[in-house]
Amino acid sequence: MRGDAASMTLLRAKSAADALRLRARNPAALPLAGGTDLMVHWNAGLLNGRTVLDISAVKDWRRIKVGKDGAEVGALATHAALLRQPAVVAGWPLLTAACGLVGGPQIQARGTLGGNIANASPAGDTFPPLAVYEARVRVASSAGSRELAFSEVFTGVKKTSLKPDELIESIYLPRPAKPARQLFRKVGTRAAQAISKTMAAGLLWLDKKGAVGELRFALGSMAPTVRRLRKAEQAVRGRKLDRETIDLAVKLLASDVSPIDDIRSTRLYRLRAAENIFRGFLEGRLEGV
Amino acid sequence: MRSVGANARRKEGPEKVGGTAQYIDDYDIPGALFGVSVRSQVPAGRIKAVHFDPAFPWQECVVADARDIPGQNVVRLLGDDQPLLADGVIRHPFEPVLLVAHPDRATAWRALKHVRLEVEPEEPVFTMEDSLAKKRVIWGEDNVFKTITIKKGDCAAALAAAPVVVEGTYSVPHQEQAYIENQGMAAWFEGETLVVMGSLQCPYYVHKALQPIFALPPEKVRVLHCVTGGGFGGKEEYPNMLGGHAALLALKAKRPVKMIYDRLEDMLATTKRHPAVVRHRTGLTKDGRLLAQEIDIVMDGGAYMTLSPVVLSRGILHATGPYECPAVSVTARAVATNTPPNGAFRGFGAPQTLFAIEMHWEKIAAVLKKDSLELRRANAVKIGSVLATGQVLKESVSAAEVLEKTVKRVGWDKTKKAHARWNADAKKPTLRGLGLALVHHGAGFTGNGEDYLKSRAGVAVDRAGRVRVLAGSTEMGQGATSTLAQIVADALELPYDAVSVERPDTAKVPDSGPTVASRTTMVVGGLLRRAALDLKTALEAGGKLRGPAAFKAAAKRLCGTAPERRFLADYHRAAGSSFDDKNYVGDAYGCYGYAACAVELEVDKATYEVKLLRVVTAQDVGKAVNPGVVEGQIVGGSVQALGWALLENCVYKDGALQNPRLTDYVIPTALDVPDIDVIVVENPYSNGPFGAKGVGEMPMDVPGPAVAAALLAATGVLFTFLPILPERIQEALCSQEAA
Repeated sequence: MRGDAASMTLLRAKSAADALRLRARNPAALPLAGGTDLMVHWNAGLLNGRTVLDISAVKDWRRIKVGKDGAEVGALATHAALLRQPAVVAGWPLLTAACGLVGGPQIQARGTLGGNIANASPAGDTFPPLAVYEARVRVASSAGSRELAFSEVFTGVKKTSLKPDELIESIYLPRPAKPARQLFRKVGTRAAQAISKTMAAGLLWLDKKGAVGELRFALGSMAPTVRRLRKAEQAVRGRKLDRETIDLAVKLLASDVSPIDDIRSTRLYRLRAAENIFRGFLEGRLEGV
Repeated sequence: MRSVGANARRKEGPEKVGGTAQYIDDYDIPGALFGVSVRSQVPAGRIKAVHFDPAFPWQECVVADARDIPGQNVVRLLGDDQPLLADGVIRHPFEPVLLVAHPDRATAWRALKHVRLEVEPEEPVFTMEDSLAKKRVIWGEDNVFKTITIKKGDCAAALAAAPVVVEGTYSVPHQEQAYIENQGMAAWFEGETLVVMGSLQCPYYVHKALQPIFALPPEKVRVLHCVTGGGFGGKEEYPNMLGGHAALLALKAKRPVKMIYDRLEDMLATTKRHPAVVRHRTGLTKDGRLLAQEIDIVMDGGAYMTLSPVVLSRGILHATGPYECPAVSVTARAVATNTPPNGAFRGFGAPQTLFAIEMHWEKIAAVLKKDSLELRRANAVKIGSVLATGQVLKESVSAAEVLEKTVKRVGWDKTKKAHARWNADAKKPTLRGLGLALVHHGAGFTGNGEDYLKSRAGVAVDRAGRVRVLAGSTEMGQGATSTLAQIVADALELPYDAVSVERPDTAKVPDSGPTVASRTTMVVGGLLRRAALDLKTALEAGGKLRGPAAFKAAAKRLCGTAPERRFLADYHRAAGSSFDDKNYVGDAYGCYGYAACAVELEVDKATYEVKLLRVVTAQDVGKAVNPGVVEGQIVGGSVQALGWALLENCVYKDGALQNPRLTDYVIPTALDVPDIDVIVVENPYSNGPFGAKGVGEMPMDVPGPAVAAALLAATGVLFTFLPILPERIQEALCSQEAA
């Protein structure tokens, strides 16, 4: 372990107001929620000399409230806590499927939804479901709070549009109409404790004639940030999912992503696997969680 | 009473389960400094200068370099080519150059950021081809650490006359041992005696290596073993280096020094499995009987010799597989590259060459349009078979038995038919396949290795009748302590709990050789059984012992005025066995274990991910002294081999590992493997204790080719390399589609 605790400053927030006050005064401090990613950096000695703002004791941000129109998930709700809520599993199964594939049980018990978002990894497991559910992220500072569409949160690899004095307070999940088909698929390096090579989340609604009412499909680990397949979603709207439409949609997939060759996989593999999953979903062969 | 054959409770179990086991970093050594290593960042070059940042408090540190070494700057093993600290020349990335110690661990780590090596780079050699082509000579006269050849009959003539000739080239990669406890050693001086303690497999290797570095006689060096969290060969030779480093800092600091690697340093700097390329040219009859095997093996040893010649030796001796062939010609070379030295890893050269021969059977089967199972059946060794070295197999040959047991358990024909139906259905989301491999594994040291080792082990009895095992063999999670105690308990007809095992400490136990090569149960266990029988004879001088009280009284009588009596046994080669290690002729191993493995898997058509459905393996171990321990070795070794086959991918750039973390170097978790269906076969070996012939390494040999064969059955693609990642499957299937 190269982490040097003695060189670091630890600030502990007792309440939400306390957290925002400390945040305002220490904009360079690194927020600590579940610590599942932070501790990896600590171990490598990358946080020596840094200030850490521990917000894990802020109870208000741990709550999960499920209502008729949607769910309000506190930023500090853990993946395990979401999995334990039958109403969340029933209403947003793609999200809880992703939560169940984050790391392993230990990581799920500590890691938080807000921490996952703030960390802004291109491979964040919960992001494709949050993207297709069109979640909204409530961020707060001592000056007040504001709401961001999920698509506005990420600006690049490990970068968000949060201001230095802001912290994520909660994530709002609008309740979707019952989809005709849904899918979550994580392709990792192994069955657990794996970083994703590619991930897919999809929701499909059909109209009365069997044509596409709405398609939402998101891919993770395929670009610096999670991507909705806007071009393909647009192209299939109002059309029957016949061979020609599906071919067109699959062809358009590549134009919304930019996968790379890296230590975990190749550009071509990511693209081909994502296309196969997308095609399987549109053809009705691949669905579920 | 008998404990051999029973699942005796692990001696070290309670302290491990209870959390009281003391690993090296658990020892609080008063006054100890923490040591770290300054390493080269380039693969090859000359050190021009070392720059110390004046802003860092160097006066608080102890810094040692090659000039501080009182004796020879070598890490003694087979050769003296590897320096303890680089002296002017850099031969691989992360080669240690300087050592720094500080009382505070974090400050010691921080020091690394404040020292800079100025190195004039030289042209490096990274590949085996470039090394053989002498792109630059980086070791000896021709970059070759060792060349070995084996000849049987006239291979060239047999190949020329063969009705069918099949050629193939197969390659296998590096593998990280990934023991759960990183390397760690501590050192201090007690008067003039150097004491070194740590996580290690071979106390007497460290003992031997430290003497020339510090110009000390054997009695002034003491090596102690700590509870060790896994080794897999990774702690066979590397502790020589790390022990030397800790001791050098301790000498200069005049204080104890502890050095504990973190995962990053451990993965970047310590040894890995040797990558290998193996070429086969095989002559056969039309119905698939072997006529000639011409084999060429090249292994990448890295920058220094370490154990490469003996890894190569085991590799070449397993290259033909467990098959009989009238004419054989094998050439094997280990070559130097500017990469961190490769070293011992479970299997020790055999998994590399056995992968090649087993995949070659798949290729031959495709050429001959036959089931590879039939080809293995037709050519497998049996009693009386003559191996490539001329060794005649006289006893305990189980190739056919393990093969048939595996095939029966997995339902070979039925499963293959079910797969054919499954794969014909385009709606199925996967492609399924079943594959098989058959191997042998020489038990104990290769050739005359055991004669050179001259192992000694024994038992002590004290006046109270307490019996202790005395051996340098180390427990690293594999169950050696319990197994050895069981053998001694049965030889003495004592209950298992009446036998304890001395902690390996060169001041207290004899040199029973290294804890490697699947030799501990067979060789050391054999010595212990003999020593225990000698003790029993001595105790029974006054008549048969009946019950614990009689044993105690006899022990008291035997000890007389001494606190204890020791009975030691020395290794002697079995009568009628010999090996010529110049020409590689004769009895390469006293005996062989045999293993077969069948793997059933499926490949996802969308994502090319491989899911293992079933793994069945039958392994002949002679005698399962502790069946639970044996099954543990087979399951663990199989999982390690499945990881090598499907997941573990060492990515190198400029001679340096690019994924030195367990996040990106992916080893299997329990979710990645099915329950391993183990069939233990016990075909006794007359020279092994209670018939035992070793089990540690064999499980590593066999799943790799079985996986590749199953993938061939599923996809129609013959993968000639490992690891077979989803990316490689995608490439192969997409180019198949395009063609």
